[in-house]
Amino acid sequence: MSHQNSKNGGGVRIGVYVCHCGTNIAGVIDVSALAGYAASLPRVAVARDYKYMCSDPGQDLIRKDISEFGLNRIVVAACSPHLHEKTFRLVAASAGINPYFVQMVNVREHGSWVHEEREAALARARDQLRAAVRRVALHKPLERREVPIHPDVLVVGGGIAGIHAALTLANAGKHVFLVEREPTIGGHMAMFDKTFPTLDCAACILTPKMTAVKAHPNITLWTLSEVVKVDGYVGNFRITVRRKPRYVIEDLCIGCQECIEACVFKQAKVDDEFNLGLSKRKPIYLPFPQAVPQVVVIDPETCIEFKTGKCKKTCLEACGERGAIDFQQKERFETIEVGTVILATGYKTFDARRIPYYGYGLFPNVYTALEVERMVNASGPTGGEVVLRDGRKPKTVGIIHCIGSRDANTNRYCSRVCCMYSLKLAHLIKEKTGAEVYESYIDIRAPGKGFEEFYNRVAEEGTLFIRGKVADVYPAEDGSGRLILQAEDTLLGMVRKIPVDMVVLAVGLEAQEDATEVRRLFNITCAKEGFFLERHPKLAPVSTFTDGIFLAGCCQGPKDIPDTVAQAGAAAAEALALIDTRTIEMEPDTAYVLEEACSGCKTCMPLCPYGAISFREDVKKASINEVLCKGCGVCVASCPSGSIQQHLFEDGEIFEEIEGVLAHA
Amino acid sequence: MPESFEPKIVAFFCNWCTYLAADLAGTSRIKYAPNVRVVRTMCSGRVDPQFVLDAFAHGADGVLIGGCHPGDCHYQEGNYKTLRRVRLLKRLLEQMGIEPERFRLEWISASEADRLKTVVNEMVEQVRALGPLSFASGAADSPAEPAEAVKA
Repeated sequence: MSHQNSKNGGGVRIGVYVCHCGTNIAGVIDVSALAGYAASLPRVAVARDYKYMCSDPGQDLIRKDISEFGLNRIVVAACSPHLHEKTFRLVAASAGINPYFVQMVNVREHGSWVHEEREAALARARDQLRAAVRRVALHKPLERREVPIHPDVLVVGGGIAGIHAALTLANAGKHVFLVEREPTIGGHMAMFDKTFPTLDCAACILTPKMTAVKAHPNITLWTLSEVVKVDGYVGNFRITVRRKPRYVIEDLCIGCQECIEACVFKQAKVDDEFNLGLSKRKPIYLPFPQAVPQVVVIDPETCIEFKTGKCKKTCLEACGERGAIDFQQKERFETIEVGTVILATGYKTFDARRIPYYGYGLFPNVYTALEVERMVNASGPTGGEVVLRDGRKPKTVGIIHCIGSRDANTNRYCSRVCCMYSLKLAHLIKEKTGAEVYESYIDIRAPGKGFEEFYNRVAEEGTLFIRGKVADVYPAEDGSGRLILQAEDTLLGMVRKIPVDMVVLAVGLEAQEDATEVRRLFNITCAKEGFFLERHPKLAPVSTFTDGIFLAGCCQGPKDIPDTVAQAGAAAAEALALIDTRTIEMEPDTAYVLEEACSGCKTCMPLCPYGAISFREDVKKASINEVLCKGCGVCVASCPSGSIQQHLFEDGEIFEEIEGVLAHA
Repeated sequence: MPESFEPKIVAFFCNWCTYLAADLAGTSRIKYAPNVRVVRTMCSGRVDPQFVLDAFAHGADGVLIGGCHPGDCHYQEGNYKTLRRVRLLKRLLEQMGIEPERFRLEWISASEADRLKTVVNEMVEQVRALGPLSFASGAADSPAEPAEAVKA
């Protein structure tokens, strides 16, 4: 094959660097043997092993060798290229050689960490290293191209994460589009009464931020809106947003709520979403008193005018001259251009019906924690009273931890917030009702500032803790209407049956129902549990594998409010850092046409998902637009005459790699 | 077949899903058979059928292609192109006498480190049972000019 002809490229001098990574690599792979082997390969001028190649002395070692040995190619056998490829490219560039003259061999994630047998691990490392040495010899100098970054930012989701990120960016002078699918921003936090462990009121700390969003000149707030299409790439995204009709003109409504009063429904009959169905609302409503925007919304599913077209439209009369109500409003689509995106799409709570033996939905006095959260809230369905369905105050309450968390049948992970919010609810229920509160837990997880102290405080207040998971909830046979919690108390070593009036299920946090669709829309990845995957769990916790798209809040994994806000700030800072460089360098791994070989068959054209390939009628040949090409290489693999190539993934380079891993050592 | 036959599997992993699954296997310390040799491409759609043929011609006992699940491709639909090509190539390989177990396409997402392990181990066992690919030429590298080995 022709690709073999290019061997023995003139003047190629390769330096090979084998990293010990402390004992991470060296503990399994004989790094000195690997370096020794590398030195025996053709065109290798120098091969070394070193404790930490990515450290400053490690990098200096490479720079020194480049000048001393006249190296023009570098192979680093270390960790995944996803971690340190950039580092070593920069090292090469700083020593005056093209950054793309670097190839990494992954001997850690794909080597010492996955293989136990030393000989076999070394054999694999040798093969992969040999392939890299053969491949890198063919590397061509490449230039990154610069594209401008649009300074505007899209923030998806208007919970505390989205709000905080949007305000941070807006305060830095960037224009932010904040898109929220509900009629108001605020998210889950707006539903809470107090926040642990400080017990400050959620509304008191959240609503000023919500109104600041609405008032900020740099923020365009779109509620009842969803992103439906994402085109483009980092720095230059084109986003299409569906704006659902509110049937109320936002600019004209002053939030007086006279229309709600006037609605032909004299009694509110529709389940109120904000209060989780514990109270009723009318078809025209304000989601909650502090909603932002302070604008009513009409629910077409229940509004008589939408259902029959024969309503007296008393709301319209009540609105009078303001004329804010508009039954003719239609769905609209708007397209915006932004340079970066922050996803803050939040979470959903675990559906307690999935564990039938806790009786949620079956026994009236089994509640989820979020429902109780609404009840303890002064503006909630009961005006802040904790009551049973029949209006009585509970005398005993049992809180069951880990519903849908730490359970092989549902979710294996810990939802992180349930222990603390359960303690908070225990405190609030005790305060409001004087009830005896039991907490059935697996472990109390209170690792945060002031958390353990709060646990101690709640315990001292007399909340009773039972270490053991409740196995069953069933009605008492004495006709009292009470429920029996049956649990093995693992500290006492006996099964306990505790009669309670009210059961509170501490439901865990799960990825949003449509997380998969959102992930596909933005071309990012989800972790196993369905939460969006960060680029690196420690060092790039708010970045994704798609440049320019950042994560904030619980869409990345369960977390509490302080962590959410910290992460939102970090995401905003990452976006700012990108925007303020004004331009971004694009990877040069694009495809290109070898004109003399192209037969003009057009096979490649329909394969390109980005429409980057056009046909030049004058010369009857294909042509690839470098700006539109994203470097997948599909066209390269499909060209029948082999006349499309891809920078950094040239046929010749890949053939060298294949034959390299297979060549006998 | 020699007792100690260790099959060599060349694995083409896409940069965004399966390569990351292999990285995750590493960070999770999930152990799998060391018989696999990974060649990274940006998309499984970059895998030219010639790459597969070249691997078999140079001594691979099996070839594995790993891409993103349908609908999850980082490049929208590159993996569909891969699937199309692989079906045809599989028939061609069978006509050449290469057993279907030796050539596999798997969708492995970035979070499926466990699945990566299962697929690799399973394939290694299947290919081990088949024995070495009979017509493998095993082209060897030309002997190397020894270079200077330096210990840092």
